[in-house]
Parts: sequence; C-alpha cells; structure tokens
Amino acid sequence: MVGLEHYLTVAAALFVIGIFGIFLNRKNIIIILMSIELMLLSVNINLIAFSSFLNDLVGQVFTMFVLTVAAAEAAIGLAILVCFFRNRGTIDVEDVNVMKG
Amino acid sequence: MIAADLYTALPEIVLAVYAMAALMVGVYGGKDTLAEPIVWATAGLMLLLALFVGAKGLDVVTAFNGMYIADAFAHFSKMIILVSAAVVMVMGQGYMAARGLLRFEYPILIALSVVGMMLMVSAGDLIALYMGLELQSLALYVVATMNRDSTRSTEAGLKYFILGALASGLLLYGASLTYGYAGTTLFAGIISTISEDGMSIGLLMGLAFMLAGLAFKVSAVPFHMWTPDVYEGAPTPVTAFFSTAPKVAAMALIARLVHEAFGVVPGDWTQIIAFLAVASMFVGAIAAIGQRDIKRLMAYSSISHMGFALVGLAAGTAQGVQGMLVYMAIYVTMNIGVFAFILTMSRDGKAVTDIGSLRQYSKAEPLRALALLVLMFSLAGVPPLVGFFGKFYVLWAAVNAGLTWLAVAGVVASVIGAFYYLRIVYYMYFGDEIEPLDRVRAPVQATLLIASAAIMVLGVINLFGIEGLAALAADALVK
Repeated sequence: MVGLEHYLTVAAALFVIGIFGIFLNRKNIIIILMSIELMLLSVNINLIAFSSFLNDLVGQVFTMFVLTVAAAEAAIGLAILVCFFRNRGTIDVEDVNVMKG
Repeated sequence: MIAADLYTALPEIVLAVYAMAALMVGVYGGKDTLAEPIVWATAGLMLLLALFVGAKGLDVVTAFNGMYIADAFAHFSKMIILVSAAVVMVMGQGYMAARGLLRFEYPILIALSVVGMMLMVSAGDLIALYMGLELQSLALYVVATMNRDSTRSTEAGLKYFILGALASGLLLYGASLTYGYAGTTLFAGIISTISEDGMSIGLLMGLAFMLAGLAFKVSAVPFHMWTPDVYEGAPTPVTAFFSTAPKVAAMALIARLVHEAFGVVPGDWTQIIAFLAVASMFVGAIAAIGQRDIKRLMAYSSISHMGFALVGLAAGTAQGVQGMLVYMAIYVTMNIGVFAFILTMSRDGKAVTDIGSLRQYSKAEPLRALALLVLMFSLAGVPPLVGFFGKFYVLWAAVNAGLTWLAVAGVVASVIGAFYYLRIVYYMYFGDEIEPLDRVRAPVQATLLIASAAIMVLGVINLFGIEGLAALAADALVK
C-alpha cells in the first residue's frame, strides 16, 4: 500500500536533489533553472499528497497557483539568461563572476 | 458580500488595473517617450493610495474568507511602502533618463511589485502570501536587469533570480508542510490547530523553512550572499528601491506570519529570529569595513540594519513589533537620503561609486556634505539623531522581553558598524585633495537629501508621532 509517507519521501528526495543541483552544478545555468523547476514540482507532489490525504481541495488549488507561477518564473529566468548571454557570450556558471560576492 | 470584499482590497485592485492600463498606453502609445509622464502618474497614484489607506482607520476587516486582512498593521506598512516607492521612483528618474534606461516598463514594473508588497503585508493565508511574494519578486528580477546592455546589471539580475527562486522554493516547501500538518492554509486556522493540538514536528519544519525563505528576502545572514552583488550591479535607482520598500514588505510579512499563524508558540520562532538577528548585525557590520564601493557598503549596511529590525521581532511582543515598525520607517527615510546623494555622485559625467572619490567633498559642497554627515551619524545610531531612537526602541523591546544578551550584542555591533559610516565622514572633511566630483545641479535629489537629513534632526522632538501610530499597528497584530 502506498501511503502518505511514501509521497512525502519522494517529494523530500526531489527537493534535496533540486537544492544540490543548484549548489553543486559547476557547468551550466540551464541546469540551475531545471533544478529550480524540480524544487517547485516536488512541492506540488507534497501539496497534492496532503490534499488527497486530508480530503481537502485547498492543496490542489495551491498547486495550480504554484504551476502558474513556476511557468512565469521560468519565462523570466530564461529572458534574463538571454540578456546575460548577449553580454558575456557564455552561460557557464563559472563565468558569472564579474562581481565577487 | 463580493462587493464588500472587493472594496476592502480596493487599493491593490486600483494599482493593478492602473499598471495594466498604463502598459497598454505605453505599448500602443508613445513607447519610451511616455516614460516620464507614466513615472509621474504612477508616483501620484501611489501617494493618493497612501492617503486612502492611511484614512482607513483602525477597524480590522477581512475579505475573501480570511485570505486578505486589512488592519492597522497592514495600513501602516502599506503607507511606508507606497510613499517610499513613489519617492524613490521620482528620485531616480533623472539618472535613468540621462543613461537611456528610462523605459516605460520601469514605472509599471515598480507598480506591479508594489501591488505584490501590499498583498504580502495583507496576507492572511499561505496562498495569498506566496502569490504576493512572487508578484513582488518576479517584477524585481526584471527591474534588476533593467540595464540589459550592461554585464553587471544582467549578472546582478541573474544572481538575484537564482537565489530568489531558491528562496521561494524553500518558502513553498515550508508552506506545503504547514498546510499538511495544520490541515489548512489560513493563518487563523493554523493558529487554532496549534493551540488545540500543540506544535507538531511537521509544523516546526514548515515554520523553519518558511523563515529561511523569508530571511532571503530581507537579506538576513546566512541568506545574504546575493545582496552586495545585486546592489552593486543593478542601476543605482533600482538599488535605492531594493533597499527600501521590499525590505519593509518582507519584514512586515515575517511579523504577520509569526504572530498571526504561530503566535501561540513564540518560543519556537523567537530563537530562530534571534539567531538571524545576531548573525546579520555582526556580519553586516564587520564585512562592510573592507568595502570601497559605496553601493556594496550600503548593501552590508542594510544587512546590518535588517538584523536590528529582527531584534524587535525576536522579542515576540507588541512592543517589539512597534520597535520594528518604527525602525523600518526611520531606516527607509535615511536610505532615501543616502541614495539621493549616491545618485548625484559623478565625475566627468560618469557615475562613480568609489568611497575615495568623496575626499574633500565638504569644500565643494558644504551643505550636501553636512546633510550626508547627519545621515551617516544617524545610520550609525549616534544620539541624539533619529537613527539612535530606532535602535533604542528595538533594543529596549529586547531587554523587556528578557533578551538582554541580544541587546548587548546589538550595542556592540552598532559600535563596530559606526566605523565605516564615520570613515565616509572622515573622507569628506579631512581626506587628501583629489580631483573633485562634478558639481551637479540636481534639485530633486538635493532636496530629498537635505529633507531626509532635516528629518533626522527635527524628528528627535517627537519622531513626528510615528511611534504612536506604530503602537496602534502593533496592537492590531499582536493580540
């Protein structure tokens, strides 16, 4: 029987993979965008699982909002990335280094 | 019913509809030639809305089944947000126009981010919180990249976007856990679940994740890495905007979340916030010492100031929230003055941000140098200027809540921080002779700089009554 905890475990694993994808990846900014998407989708799994477990529709409504915002966020992220590429001619993570923070 | 709900949320609706209408006018009208009128119209509308919100009084009205709360706390924060956004927009327009950056989208994006901020401070539900935060952040990512032909600006936007999206992800994960373990997304529902069944481990995780996500937005240590780079890379008017209204909104959102949704278990979040506060105060104060770029210095200064505002929240009392609100109002006023000055810094027509270029500035422009001196002393918290009272309020609230160690740490951090503010004053009055800065005629900026400094001096009489208003706002939030 697949229960709530299984869904939560999958979601937590995907979330952690997403975070590590952002911090450990040394190659390409597109991969960072994918990792961000992975984090948001793992949250959606969480919300849907809770929604079904609690017999409550709010979680699914929340998911629809998250999906919409994730789409907008990806669009803005790619737009910024295109601007960056025009200026630097590269999208390597190591080349995001004009300012040292 | 729906009409009453819509009326309650009227300020947000008006601003959102205005932004969309202005976008249409901009696209089908004169494009960037209309940028200046749109800036003025947006600023005027924001000031009108600030008056409208301020006249709403003290009743607590909820709309959309509790998703939207209009109380004195929300009104107070919205007034600071609207006024500071309008002032900063008008202040930066000359700078943007001179560098060909004044596109008509700029005021519209600012207006949309302000709608997001107003939703944030009025949020009574995790969904409303998330949507407000995202509306604000998405607009700000684009504004940071406004100078799209500059490597620095696009890099700043990219860094802000990646770390901001990570923060949203953390916040959202926390929200999903909170929803699952409380069974509702309404703040009122979460707090009643906690008072009946106690704080479960799932709710604690949810709270910790949400605070981590929000700490990113106020740039509290250890989530501050983006701040110096974004402040340095973004065009100066945008930096000025970043350091004022969004900070107020995010700080108010933290206060709203911890008090409305987790107010019955203060012990669980005051220790997290106290840690963020101590770390921010010290890292902000120490890291700023090595900075030579005034925008980076202001970034670390804002990190440190956010630490002080968090001290007020860490107290977990109405007095603490009052202290935080007073602190934010004072901080925003000082920052507007300092950035009005930074906007006028140029040599041979090019903007400079090096602190060393301020040497002997007092000889060229004695009045502006004096105003900046007052602001720097006020930022450092030197009595009797108003900046001192801001610090005094939050530290006093911490002492009254039994957090004496936190107040002592705050005093030590403010002494360390005084060093780099005073260095700017030292350069202006006693530095070596160098090629002076341009003598720019900038009436708007000069007026704001001097007005801000005058407020820092004259405000010592009664802080312009702001502490009474903040007390009413705090009482509305903390029951």
